[in-house]
Amino acid sequence: MPKSMYAIPGAPVPKPETPAGAVAGSARTVGEVLAESQVEAVFEELDRDLVGLAPVKQRIRDIAALLVIDKLRMNLGLAAQAPSLHMSFTGNPGTGKTTVAMRMAQILHRLGYVRKGHLVAVTRDDLVGQYIGHTAPKTKEVLKKAMGGVLFIDEAYYLYRPENERDYGQEAIEILLQVMENQRDDLVVILAGYKDRMDTFFQSNPGLSSRIAHHIDFPDYAVAELLQISERMLQAQHYHFGKGAAEVFERYLNLRVAQPHFANARSVRNALDRARLRQASRLFAERDRVLGADDLSTLTPQDILASRVFQTSNP
Amino acid sequence: MMTNPTGRITQGQFSFLPDLTDAEITLQIEYGLRKGYAWSVEYTDDPHPRNTYWEMFGMPMFDLADAAGVMLELQNCRKTFPNHYIRMMAFDSTRNVETIVMSFIVNRPANEPGFGLVRQEVNGRSVHYTVHSYATDKPESERYSG
Repeated sequence: MPKSMYAIPGAPVPKPETPAGAVAGSARTVGEVLAESQVEAVFEELDRDLVGLAPVKQRIRDIAALLVIDKLRMNLGLAAQAPSLHMSFTGNPGTGKTTVAMRMAQILHRLGYVRKGHLVAVTRDDLVGQYIGHTAPKTKEVLKKAMGGVLFIDEAYYLYRPENERDYGQEAIEILLQVMENQRDDLVVILAGYKDRMDTFFQSNPGLSSRIAHHIDFPDYAVAELLQISERMLQAQHYHFGKGAAEVFERYLNLRVAQPHFANARSVRNALDRARLRQASRLFAERDRVLGADDLSTLTPQDILASRVFQTSNP
Repeated sequence: MMTNPTGRITQGQFSFLPDLTDAEITLQIEYGLRKGYAWSVEYTDDPHPRNTYWEMFGMPMFDLADAAGVMLELQNCRKTFPNHYIRMMAFDSTRNVETIVMSFIVNRPANEPGFGLVRQEVNGRSVHYTVHSYATDKPESERYSG
């Protein structure tokens, strides 16, 4: 087609032709690219807001480095194929898989890998239909909504139910695979779930496993990290530990970690919520006391010591 | 007299321009999404100007963030109906607007036979006029086949 003689509203103004071999962008050093894309601000935020998770942070740094180098290569006219960034997050409950996925959309957007940077979080119910012919349109609709951003499939192993051979989950997986392969530039898929169940899920769907470039394992938190997390949670809700309460909470955590059904940060959140309940009823009992801001926002050791965990472990 | 010497029907936006490229369609879709419109794809083999409601290809796409999803649907429609008219429609759901605000053709058959004017004599010397699409003289499966 000859050069268009009309202008379409919204179209970028065509640049004058550059001679062949000329550089498209100006950045030549890693520093210049970093300054353009505010990647370092992302890293700082990540280090500040997320406790622990060293392997996860390292992997994000690696991905960022690759994208920065790709940009430099592109500036010099070297062909760079967009890397596949589909990920799987595995780890025990409460290790921050969902939180990191939310961040990931933002990070990839700042790095210029996804165009819009929104996150669509779905589970099996949103992808799999209830009758024949229902699954494909449903899955496609979700995929269309996620284009330009990140599709986060929580508890992805529920998609595949080997015990029911007529289950429609397989159909959703097939459509997912097709889009993951063909529209890599438009969409990043993140699958998340508990380690052991995800492993069996990937074993029964080898096609899915091989199309995911990054298998990231989320480690459990150490007690010191959990304590740090608890302080941040309280800070966000304008509470703080009173005198001696932090030490008591550390003792609580040591006992709780050993108990069954420990869900890392989620258990910490629940424990703090229960402590807040106890603080509320403690203050509620004293009808005539004048309560200042400090009284209302302090958790005392006795609020935490009343927990069931201390009673069951010291008979 | 030929009213449309290029032999192309002109309905909706951009229809006097050369066909939009995919990149240009993407830009239009992005513009609509920024305005909060919901895009949908429609097709027909009867482009009569009074044929307002074309067949829907899939559902209207609400809550999309990026044009790639709409383009995916358009490519599917092109694959299914390569020789039909296909148009993109943008629906504005703002209260009291609630109507189509953008509409343009993105796919046309290679050969468009156009329309003829039919004169019907009634009541003495009165004449009633109507526009007739030559394409609809053929059965549905043979329209625009070549």
